[in-house]
This record gives sequence, structure tokens and C-alpha cells, in this order.
Amino acid sequence: MSYLMIFIAAIFVNNIVLSQFLGICPFLGVSKKISTALGMGFAVMFVMTLSSIATYIIYHGLLLPNDLVFMTTVVFILVIAALVQMVEIIMKKVAPPLYQALGIFLPLITTNCAVLGIAILSIQKELNLLQSVCYNLANATGFTLAIVIFAGIRERLAQTRLPKAVQGTPIALITAGLLSMAFMGFAGIGN
Amino acid sequence: MDKTSFNNLTRGIIRENPTFVMLLGMCPTLGVTTSAVNGLGMGIATLFVLILSNIAISAVKSLIPDMVRIPCYIVIIASFVTVVDLLMAAYLPALHARLGIFIPLIVVNCIILGRAEAFASKNNIIQSIYDAVGMGIGFTLSLTLLGTVREMLGSGSFFGWSFVGEEADTLLLFIMPPGAFLALAGLIMLFNKFIKGEK
Repeated sequence: MSYLMIFIAAIFVNNIVLSQFLGICPFLGVSKKISTALGMGFAVMFVMTLSSIATYIIYHGLLLPNDLVFMTTVVFILVIAALVQMVEIIMKKVAPPLYQALGIFLPLITTNCAVLGIAILSIQKELNLLQSVCYNLANATGFTLAIVIFAGIRERLAQTRLPKAVQGTPIALITAGLLSMAFMGFAGIGN
Repeated sequence: MDKTSFNNLTRGIIRENPTFVMLLGMCPTLGVTTSAVNGLGMGIATLFVLILSNIAISAVKSLIPDMVRIPCYIVIIASFVTVVDLLMAAYLPALHARLGIFIPLIVVNCIILGRAEAFASKNNIIQSIYDAVGMGIGFTLSLTLLGTVREMLGSGSFFGWSFVGEEADTLLLFIMPPGAFLALAGLIMLFNKFIKGEK
């Protein structure tokens, strides 16, 4: 699998949010403003890239040789939780401005199924370390792209008058549905 | 059964329905409901994990220090998810293959951690079981309903029984990703209109 194809496939063709349904909670939850959406996107990118390295090393160095593959879910969620905590502590000390910008999003990421989901998927796809990092980074970019476009639409939507039954979640879901349809236009690029 | 227990048991089904009211666990809700059977299977797997984790967390709640409670809950939940994952791989391989990545992702389903934190860590075992059963059934019903709607529109069948014949054109969109968002939006609208009584 070429690296460029990994990127195009993960960002456009199989967008993590709009066609694989991972990370829907932050996608719906923190997408009311473009600035917060962008912050969440970058935080996810940061954590997913680091977690791809950590989970790859742990899976191939610890779980596989010791015949502990059935423990994957338990170990990965712990690794991700610990990683998020560590990133938060280090960032607070080393890069306070970055912490100011991304800090509030970090705790939310532990329960973001995108991180765990992509970690498990890259093991299932039997990618090597570099491919796995690319795959994670590409998916995180896809997440950021989707959430920023979505936040842009929602900023406009906030100023329109809507029937009461459609307000809030239903209109957000309809918007996401239309966005997902638009992304279906990219299907076939990979073939 | 006294009033509190009954209340805990029924709360999750309509009044605090995890899918339509609280909007929790959206990833499996949208991701697996391409057919009614998939929705039902996912719902039951989640129900199972929810009951076991509520029992375990309620039982050990006084032993867990407050500072590290969330990681402890996650480990407990992840263990039960692994049990369900392996059981399904052994006994229901076809369903296991279709639900795929969403089985291990039950770990990060916010319903389970949410109930652990909001209910099981504060109440006794019996009440926690009632709560888990109610919430789990509410989630299962919502997923089955969404799966049924999508399957009927998208493949023209009901629990695998086709009612339009082989040749018919169906609204394929509804079993593809955009259909998940649109069908759920429609159901939430109907829920708001008729059950919560908003105009």
C-alpha cells in the first residue's frame, strides 16, 4: 500500500467520521464553533499519532510474543488513557500556550472511540510501523477536516429559523448525513 | 417491587432513553444498524456488558480510591468487553464478523462508563442491576428500531425476510453511511414530536 494512497483513502474515501462512524461523540459535541472544532481536531491528531507508535510497540513487542493477543482491548485502552494523561502533564510543563489551546480537549479524547478504533484497525490491517503512523495521521486529518467543515455549517445554521422538532440534534444529524453524501462522491478514487 | 426500583428499571426505556434522549453511544448506533439483526445483536452485547460492569463496579465501589476511579472502571469494563468479544467470536462468528470493530469499541461506549459513574458508583448492587437492565433494554430497543427502519427502506426486508422480492429497487441510501444519519435524525424528530410532545 503506497503512503499517498493511505492518505487519500483515509481522508476522503473512507472518512473516519462520515463513513466509518468513529468519533461521532466529539463530532456532534464540540462542533458548534470552528475554533473549538479545530482545537479538538489538532488534539486528536496529536494523540492518535502518538498512540499509533505506542500501541504498535506494545502489540508487537509485548502482546504478540507472549501470546496475549486476547488482552488487546484492555491493554490498548489503558495505554491510550495513560498516554493522554502523560501528554497533558508534559504539555502543561513544556508548552503552556499549546496546553491553553488543547488542554480542555485532552481528557475527552480517552473516551473518543476514534483513537482506540483506529489503533485496533491498524493492527487488523497488519500495517508496519511507518504505515501505521501514516494511517493514524491520515485518519486524524480526516477527522479534523470533517469536524471543521461541519462546524462551519453549524455556525451558519445557528442563525436560521427552524421548526422546533428539528432544532438541535435532528438538524445536526441531517447536516452530517448530507456531508456524508457529499463525501460519497469520492468513492472509487482508490480503485 | 417498590417505587424506586421500578423507577430505576423503567427510566432508561423511554424517559431517559440513551439513544433518543441522552444521545449516548452514537458510534455503534450509527455504525452497525444496517439491519435489524445487527442492531439487536449489538444491543444485547452492550446490555450484557452493562449489567456485568454495573454489578462489578457497585460491588467494589468502596474499595476504589476516588482519584483513580475512572481508570479502574475502564479496566473492569474492558475485561467484560473482552469476555463478550471472545464468546461472540466462538458462538456467533457471523454476527461477530459483521459487527467487527464495534465489539471492542463497547469499551468506549459512553453509556457504560456514564452509568458506572452516575449510578453504579453510588448505589447498591440490586438497584444497579435494575438500572443496567433498563438502560440496556432502552439501548437495544432503539438500535433494533433504527436497524428495522434502515433495513426496511434500504433492503426491503424485515429481520431478513424480504417483502419486496428480489428484483425491486430499494432506497439503498439507507443502508449506506448517509442513511444512518438521516434515519436517526428522522426518528429523533418523531420522538421529540410524539413522545416528548414538542411542536
